[in-house]
Amino acid sequence: MKRFLYLIPLLILLVVGGFSIKQLKNVGDGKSVNILPSVLINREVPPFDLPPIKGRDRGFSSKDLLGQVTIVNLFGSWCVACQAEHPFLMKIKAQNLVPIYGLDWREKDPDAGPKWLAKYGDPYTLIGDDPNSKAAIAFGVTGAPESFIVDKKGVIRYKQIGPITPDVWQDTLWPLIQQLREES
Amino acid sequence: MRTYLFALMFALLAPLGAQAVEPNEILADPALEARAREVGKELRCVVCQNQAIDDSNAELAGDMRVLVRERIMAGDTNQEVIDYMVDRYGDYVLLDPPFKTSTLVLWTGPSVIAALGLLWVVMMFRRRKTESGETELVTGGAQAAAPLSDEERKRLDELLKEDDA
Repeated sequence: MKRFLYLIPLLILLVVGGFSIKQLKNVGDGKSVNILPSVLINREVPPFDLPPIKGRDRGFSSKDLLGQVTIVNLFGSWCVACQAEHPFLMKIKAQNLVPIYGLDWREKDPDAGPKWLAKYGDPYTLIGDDPNSKAAIAFGVTGAPESFIVDKKGVIRYKQIGPITPDVWQDTLWPLIQQLREES
Repeated sequence: MRTYLFALMFALLAPLGAQAVEPNEILADPALEARAREVGKELRCVVCQNQAIDDSNAELAGDMRVLVRERIMAGDTNQEVIDYMVDRYGDYVLLDPPFKTSTLVLWTGPSVIAALGLLWVVMMFRRRKTESGETELVTGGAQAAAPLSDEERKRLDELLKEDDA
């Protein structure tokens, strides 16, 4: 019995260590580790109406999302992870899988966003300019990139913290989008 | 002279406690600004984990401070402004999280661990006490020195003699 007591620290180490390794592996696989579960899941998109980015004539408002399953993607030209994610968004656009709406977050220079899109391509149906985090705070955003899957009724159904990777797309986002399209 | 030096020293320390609220964010009405500060102290800067938005230089914290002021100007009470943020970020945005089921471990964890530690220490002491007590009873003071054997006494005498010489 006493011998067994000495094994307790080892057991604790194994449990904590195992959990840590599992979580690290999830991060490595690009799976979203729910550090901050969004309180906005299953709630309507917060109302917003953003002006267009420089050189465009249409902005992006919450009403644009109604009637179809969409992805709302928050990005910034200053955000390195957004740049990493960008080629995959371009692929989604090229294959016409689902419309992606953009929130251009915290651009200090109004030219920076349009320039970045000219350089890397523009996967967005509409883009809203959000230099003062109005929409970002309304969406409860803590960092870029973040993406929200919005259903036909304009209800947020999923939040992806960090880049959309091929794995995340294959395992989670694409199946969910197809499922939401079945809903009336 | 020394008083002045001390005053200077403290004056130099003061900026360390300064807030990150930017001059252009401050409201013209001091009463409203005071309320904004109260709210700002309770809200967490969501990108820096352990700072209030009033203490953080992060850009998002700055935008949140501006939003707090906009809502106050629009006529929200302090609680309404805080509720607005909690509505979007959850309890995480509060530096002083409320006591409820999801925060039970957070609130009670430290005291439970402290209580377990205390229990362990108490048990250790009790065991040590009974153990030493028991050995005395069983062996009749085995820990007291046994009387010297003849050989040992002889060697001790020799050593003492050496010392005298």
